[in-house]
Amino acid sequence: MHYKLSSESHHLQTMITGHVVPESERCIQCGICSFNCPIGIDVRFHTWMGEDVRDPTCLTCGECIERCPRGVLHFEKTEIYTRGKE
Amino acid sequence: MTRYAIIGTGISGISAAQTLRDLEPKADVTLVSEDPHGFYSRPGLAYYLTGEIPENKLFPNLKKGKQKLDVQYVIGRVTRIDPHSHSLEINPGKVLHYDRLLIAAGAKSVPLDVPGGDLQGVVKLDDLEDVRNILSLIRRSKTAVVVGGGVLGIEMVEGLAAQNVKVHYLLRGDWYWSNVLAEPEARMIERNLVHDGVSIHHRAEIVEILGKKGKVTGVRTSNGELIPCNMVAVGIGVRACTELALAAGLKTDRAILVNEYLQTSDPDIFAAGDVSQIYDPLTGRSSIDNLWSPGRKQGRTAALNMAGQVEIYQRTVAVNVLLLGNVMTTIIGAIGSGRDEGPAYTTRGSSETWLQLPNTLATESSTDVSHLRLMVGEKTILGALVMGDQKIARPLKELINNQADISPIRDQLLNASAELGQSVMDFWMKTRR
Repeated sequence: MHYKLSSESHHLQTMITGHVVPESERCIQCGICSFNCPIGIDVRFHTWMGEDVRDPTCLTCGECIERCPRGVLHFEKTEIYTRGKE
Repeated sequence: MTRYAIIGTGISGISAAQTLRDLEPKADVTLVSEDPHGFYSRPGLAYYLTGEIPENKLFPNLKKGKQKLDVQYVIGRVTRIDPHSHSLEINPGKVLHYDRLLIAAGAKSVPLDVPGGDLQGVVKLDDLEDVRNILSLIRRSKTAVVVGGGVLGIEMVEGLAAQNVKVHYLLRGDWYWSNVLAEPEARMIERNLVHDGVSIHHRAEIVEILGKKGKVTGVRTSNGELIPCNMVAVGIGVRACTELALAAGLKTDRAILVNEYLQTSDPDIFAAGDVSQIYDPLTGRSSIDNLWSPGRKQGRTAALNMAGQVEIYQRTVAVNVLLLGNVMTTIIGAIGSGRDEGPAYTTRGSSETWLQLPNTLATESSTDVSHLRLMVGEKTILGALVMGDQKIARPLKELINNQADISPIRDQLLNASAELGQSVMDFWMKTRR
């Protein structure tokens, strides 16, 4: 089929600051995300549980996002510092 | 200890089993299915057919660390439900007693009722065995004819084309999926299919499948055309598996009728997923959703009620995301005319609520690669179709699901077609603040 690999600029932008977030309602558990993860993170299971992919080994390479045929996954900015109570 | 039985290992059955196990760690939960493969992603079969995923990856882990769902599995065909003795007869020769039963038996493809419909080479796409069958036949199939204008049909078209089979796609209407999509939307998809080598035949149906020595050799169409082929793939629609329920005296319509607690006319029997037709107290209608995500939620809701809790099935707006002719397409809420010629079947991956359209005005905007259509009511957006760029899909889902009052931008939506998506996005951002 015709899926594009993640572009370099997309990759550079996200690998520093982002993590993968699922929109579970769109997911049909096909497993393409987990199958294409280069380090074997079970992205599909995160989606089943409705959890962000906060696995410290995630490369944020974007393969799962680009390959998902249902647009389930996207990057969100990782907040490194949490704001204190004002 | 309550004995729970569940017929079906699709998403609704598994979701119910998991919920019951979480609620009652020691409960007796038994899943019965004639599918020997248990739980796998049935919508994912389309990607197994295209070759994007191997078969063994279709089976999701349901618990951390690959733990198994701790329930009993019985492989066999249920031949009878006896509501009086609270038992199931399972072929071969087994009886299973239950206190509460969930029927989540799903729906099956409607066969093509034409001469030659039983020849070897006539295929469907319901379960894993069907894909195995198609992949084994592909070795000798150079040309295939596909019928069916919904999700199933196009999945087989794309799967077979990806396997280098020459595909003739027969459509009953003037364009693809004509009771849901408008003509320009369908043409976007059709262009891509043609680009991939698919031959599309509009206003064409199969009147006869031709064969030799029991195998498909071609089809004759309603236009009098003869198309030589080795395979005929049928995806004209699905029909709920209601036979057991009917024989047990449960109330049925196009599927098994259930109330808002997903309870059938027998208080100890529940139904969920493609086999159920659920009453909506807000509209007074009962409708079928052939969708994965609602199926999961229905399984969970049914399980809670089976376990004695009182949980109303909270219908959310029907959403599905589809890759149609390589165009990412999200359908949200009511978008279709419902007008179609010929027999009406539900189709896998769709919802009847998409076709329940009250008075609305359509507004749309297009570029070469993306398209947005909104169905605008008096004060709310009732439905949307997003093709190509998907950024606007999530905001629209929220606005439609929350029945957000769009009066401040209604005129803008109906007039400013070029900036339609931006108007919606700006309004959504404001409502979030």
